[in-house]
Amino acid sequence: MSVPRYWREIKYRYRLLGCMCKECGSVFFPRRHICLKCGSRDLEEVKLSERGRVVSYTVVRNPPKEYEKYAPYIVALIELGDGARILSQVVDCEPEEVHLGMEVEATFRRVREDGPSGIIEYGYKFRPVIS
Amino acid sequence: MRKVAVLGVGCTKVGEHWKRSLRDLFVEASLRAIEDSGVEEIDGLYVSNMASGPLQHQEHLGAVMADALAVNPIPAVRVEAASASGGVAFHEGVKAVASGMSDFVLVGGVEKMTDRLPPEVASTLIMSEDQEYTAYTGVTNIGLSAILKRLYMDRFDVKPEEIAMLPVIDHENAASNPYAQYPFKTSIERVLNSPMEADPVHLLECSGIGDGAAAVVLGPANESETSDHPLVTVSASAVATDTLNLTNREDPLTLRAVRGAAEEAYARAKLTPRDVDVLEIHDEVSILGVLSLEDLGFAEKGKGASLAASGAISLSGETPTNTFGGLKARGNPLGATGLYQIVELTWQLRGEAGKNQVDGAEVGLAQNMGGVGSTCAVNILRREDL
Repeated sequence: MSVPRYWREIKYRYRLLGCMCKECGSVFFPRRHICLKCGSRDLEEVKLSERGRVVSYTVVRNPPKEYEKYAPYIVALIELGDGARILSQVVDCEPEEVHLGMEVEATFRRVREDGPSGIIEYGYKFRPVIS
Repeated sequence: MRKVAVLGVGCTKVGEHWKRSLRDLFVEASLRAIEDSGVEEIDGLYVSNMASGPLQHQEHLGAVMADALAVNPIPAVRVEAASASGGVAFHEGVKAVASGMSDFVLVGGVEKMTDRLPPEVASTLIMSEDQEYTAYTGVTNIGLSAILKRLYMDRFDVKPEEIAMLPVIDHENAASNPYAQYPFKTSIERVLNSPMEADPVHLLECSGIGDGAAAVVLGPANESETSDHPLVTVSASAVATDTLNLTNREDPLTLRAVRGAAEEAYARAKLTPRDVDVLEIHDEVSILGVLSLEDLGFAEKGKGASLAASGAISLSGETPTNTFGGLKARGNPLGATGLYQIVELTWQLRGEAGKNQVDGAEVGLAQNMGGVGSTCAVNILRREDL
């Protein structure tokens, strides 16, 4: 993982920033230049809701190389309070406990390491709502 | 635009070709297709491949394969659209011949997946999705399909047994295909008792890791006297795209690229799903095959799995599907997969499909997809003399 490539995503991943179309109000994650709904190029960064519910999920048992030590882990399609959808791991929860419609909230976690001497990546994961 | 014919076809067996390189496989399939066509000189080369960069550290495949075939200095280009590379390369080849820019074009697909260990292959496959926000979560391609499968079973109240019919049909057909990676039969019980790959998707609902190459020679239909075979032409060739991320789709269970490509192809060919005698669908994971059956117009939303369970897409059914084993059992060597579909449809339409022959097949449709439906190619072939 190159440092600039990781660095340029930090703001969006650490703070859960997406964007909103100033013309039609659609919210997107990740950020984009052109609105998928109305084609407007006038979008602004917005802080996304940190709470949502599980629309669907899976349990990854044979992961890509950089994720082997975390398996098995839950990955869910989550609809946030503001209507944006996000794909994320769900943690602090066993595979048997997750369910459709489950309320989840964003949390900040270690994501992967680039070998023994590369950078350690952090970012969002979601967990069952505890507060 | 000129009418385009599929003049020659050829492929290797899909499997673990430990002793054979990317070039070896590509040349074998290409020479078979050229010999089958009777064409003496090709003037254009399209190479479809998804991942020779990460898998072999080899790029520039147009030049690599033009050199390997000793056809320099003809123009050669590599086409990449994840596992839709083959169907999209075919589309590009058709455009080249139809427009008159080229006369006799070779479209060959190749992938060699066994040079890497399975976790590395999983990392390579997920390159078809957004690296920063999809691959970043650790999800696999099978995991994304699993998310769709759970949503699908919940929304339409579909049983796992119904979806498991798709791999059973594939394996039934692959059992008599000498080129298939997994030429044996299986059962619903075995599919549902196989280990979980990504819940609720079982191992035997997923295409495996394999090597293979498939190739076709295209030319103008009115200059097809070189071929000894019944004439097979391209009725329509269409490609469509959808958002890369599932999160941006209004309904993740509708594959809009499949709908888009299918609608355009049916309109151009002036055909409907009912006219299709033999069908190839992209069941990289069984649920993707189910959704494809629906978005291609063979079943209503929510009814794709019950169509499979009804016997309608079995070899003896109304619309025989994946008659040589599909992605699950013939195999899915990524960049080559879409061309295996064309090779197999051509055998069917010529009446050269042996034990897998669909009697009197006149119209064949191949659907090839990249990512979780972000690219879809739909190609319709027709036998001319029936």
